[in-house]
Amino acid sequence: MISRTHVHCTVNGDEVDFLADDATSLLDALRDELGLTGAKEGCATGDCGACSILVDGAVNCACLMFAAEAEGHEITTVEGIADGDHLHPLQQVFLEEAALQCGICTPGVLVSAKALLDHNPNPTEAEIRYALAGNLCRCTGYDKIIHAVQEAAVQLNGASK
Amino acid sequence: MTDTEARPTYKYVGTRPIRHDGLDKVTGKARFAADLNMTGQLRAAITRSPHAHARIVSIDTSAAEAMPGVKAVVTGADFPEIDIADAIHDEAVNNIARDEVLYNGHAVAAVAATTLAQARAAAAAVKVEYEELPAILSIDEAIADGAPLANPTTRTLFTGDTEPSNFASIGQFERGDVEAGFAAADVIVEREFTTVPVHQGYIEPHACVADCGQDGKASIWASSQGHFAVRSKTAAILGWSTDRIKVTPAEIGGGFGGKTTIYLEPIAVRLSQKAGRPVKLAMTREEVLRATGPAPASKISLKIGATNDGELTTLAGTMYYSNGSTKGFSALTGAMSVASYKFPNLELHAIGTVDNTPKSAAYRAPSAPQAAFAVETLVDEIAQQLGMDPIELRLRNAVVEGDPTAMGMPHPKIGFIETLEAIKSSDHYNSPVPEGAGRGFATGFWFNIGEQSSATVNLNEDGTATVITGSPDIGGSRASMALMAAEELGLDVHRITPIVADTESVGFTDITEGSRATFATGMAVVNACRELIEKMKERAAVIRGVDVDQVAWIGGAAVIEGPASEGNEPLTIADITAQAKMTGGPLTATASLNAAGAGPSFAAHLADVKVDEETGQVTILRYTTAQDAGTAIHPAYVEGQMQGGSAQGIGWALNEEYIFDASGEMENASFLDYRMPVASDLPMIETIIVEVPNPSHPYGVRGVGETGIVPPIPTLANAIAAATGVRMTDLPMSPPNVLKKINEK
Repeated sequence: MISRTHVHCTVNGDEVDFLADDATSLLDALRDELGLTGAKEGCATGDCGACSILVDGAVNCACLMFAAEAEGHEITTVEGIADGDHLHPLQQVFLEEAALQCGICTPGVLVSAKALLDHNPNPTEAEIRYALAGNLCRCTGYDKIIHAVQEAAVQLNGASK
Repeated sequence: MTDTEARPTYKYVGTRPIRHDGLDKVTGKARFAADLNMTGQLRAAITRSPHAHARIVSIDTSAAEAMPGVKAVVTGADFPEIDIADAIHDEAVNNIARDEVLYNGHAVAAVAATTLAQARAAAAAVKVEYEELPAILSIDEAIADGAPLANPTTRTLFTGDTEPSNFASIGQFERGDVEAGFAAADVIVEREFTTVPVHQGYIEPHACVADCGQDGKASIWASSQGHFAVRSKTAAILGWSTDRIKVTPAEIGGGFGGKTTIYLEPIAVRLSQKAGRPVKLAMTREEVLRATGPAPASKISLKIGATNDGELTTLAGTMYYSNGSTKGFSALTGAMSVASYKFPNLELHAIGTVDNTPKSAAYRAPSAPQAAFAVETLVDEIAQQLGMDPIELRLRNAVVEGDPTAMGMPHPKIGFIETLEAIKSSDHYNSPVPEGAGRGFATGFWFNIGEQSSATVNLNEDGTATVITGSPDIGGSRASMALMAAEELGLDVHRITPIVADTESVGFTDITEGSRATFATGMAVVNACRELIEKMKERAAVIRGVDVDQVAWIGGAAVIEGPASEGNEPLTIADITAQAKMTGGPLTATASLNAAGAGPSFAAHLADVKVDEETGQVTILRYTTAQDAGTAIHPAYVEGQMQGGSAQGIGWALNEEYIFDASGEMENASFLDYRMPVASDLPMIETIIVEVPNPSHPYGVRGVGETGIVPPIPTLANAIAAATGVRMTDLPMSPPNVLKKINEK
């Protein structure tokens, strides 16, 4: 029998405990053990960014982490970026600016964009493009995504003044 | 001058509301197929061929069956034999191999087990004995004299041939006198163009969950562009009647044509049937690239003649398109897409080939980008040789209503001229070309299609409405359905809930393909709403005790007209639904149709590029697209289609390619090595929506999904030519390939 590791961490503000096989990725643990299917598997090799999550505030591909590596860390998924029933400005602006089409990359894009704006409140277009270069989107051509992040930055800055 | 000015004023159509399914998609709640889990669910994995072409001598599943957690194993022997003349034959064999594996990655067996890891381990333990056969890996190998057969079940389409062949289809289009046309031409340009397979690149791998009950019926939750097609194809491959299968559409994470075909569902159903438990089957990215439909490779030799005053008189050539491992229509649709210029003399040979690469699948305006690469490059060269502005040359030759396509059938009302004029007056075109850059221009065309759709509109007790269709929403179409219903009913768009229902809850609806959903399904929604309005007028007449002839529908309410109008306030939808029980029962209407009159769409793209002559790297500085949408129901999602199509075309042009080794194994089956455009590769993509309404649709919709991918390849090739003087004729125009051409200069 494969041994399983007990993992304790914080996910979207809640302390959680789960068991994981040694080979289980954090993505599979989030999706299959914790029922958080917002992070998607697009490639399982860290190339598409659909599984982007925050680990202590930094963007990571959940598919490239073992579940056991979450031990003691703060994990944020797309399900955790709204404040209760108040959407994060990025989420609201993505809706208003039609910055999603099929929506499969959207969770990862939002998480990466949030990390960018958390660290750099006034990114240039080039900085946004490079910050999101790890998040493949095949539907939009990125145009409306970039505009939405720019608009969300303006709103966040306005709110913080 | 244009119909754009004559367009009626709409209250909802043409606005940009937040889409109804949007909230779930920005909060992570939206359920895509791989997000679904059922009680007692097993996970499955597929055993795939390591050979490009081999005979299956034997399959031994005993070791796999004995492994921990394994509940069921299937092979081709678990599925009925299907006659090669049967329409489902090729897809059935592509789902799971029978006598031969036809490409590296072809499914040969599948395993369901308690965990995914167990299923994968057991799938690797299925022992298959192969006898390798010669593999055909290119168009040139397929058409060579004495070439071995790539697939012994292929018969050439359109020829009546009954012997197996590497020719998938042979067709020809002719008009006028090509010989005389070239003899009279002042300028003739001629080149050969090649393209390699590229993938649709949807970010969501194919996935489904199947649950087969002991009553012999199966429920399937699938990611597809058409769940009715999943039902009919799965039934045909299993040899079942259609009523045994119910398919519920999950959210779909991109399709672009690639999810019009099926790969997994029959296998998942058989595994579930054998195991007696639900089965989830999802592909890995590597499986998606190795075993699902790329767009075909092509080889196109083309010659165009023109007069000194810029009349394009003659076009002739031969277009080869690979179909991958089975027969198909790709060459025919490629030739059919040559439809933008009048060309009094035309002769096109369209030849499809079969080889031992993955069976090709539809990809956004299938086969048109390859053809446009050839036609639009040569037209650009003619403009260059004549010293004419490339837009002026096209305006001089552009088709209008009544002009023939390559097939000969006349164009209906189209907006090509208007699209060309729009880009001509764009800020981009009227701005100077940046220092050291080159500017390229090209156009694209796609037919669009109608097909069958059904819609039901239910009015709820409080006057809200539910719009139910069978068209999977692959890019915002639910919002468009709600907008058209809002316009018809005079009801706020957010008091309408648009849903995509399962195969047992809405009438038959063809696949979301051919840019048809907003056009055809939208028309069904409009028809259902119009029937509801008649019913509401009847109810209003009952409520007011007047003749129905005295009731008009104005501004979302039943208005009593004539002598009885005095003292009778208009009845809103909510007023009428509140009294539905007393006036005849629930208010609901269903419409179905086989939509005729799909409106072709034209696009014109403009790009400024810089080419690094030391590395061959192409950087796009500015990109603008103009496209005729007919009418943009939700302009933001129309722009999104134009931008997304452009980005896919840019990837196809500059980077993307299948790389096979000598044995036919794909060497770059990952998103790291199959390089699609990322955010930092692209500039903003400026959009100009042209609106020349389609007279066959109540709001003038043409459909916008596909045309946008057609112009980018020649647009960038022409821009590279302007920047470097080098004509690129082979894709991709990646740094090594561009550098090679620059160095040959």
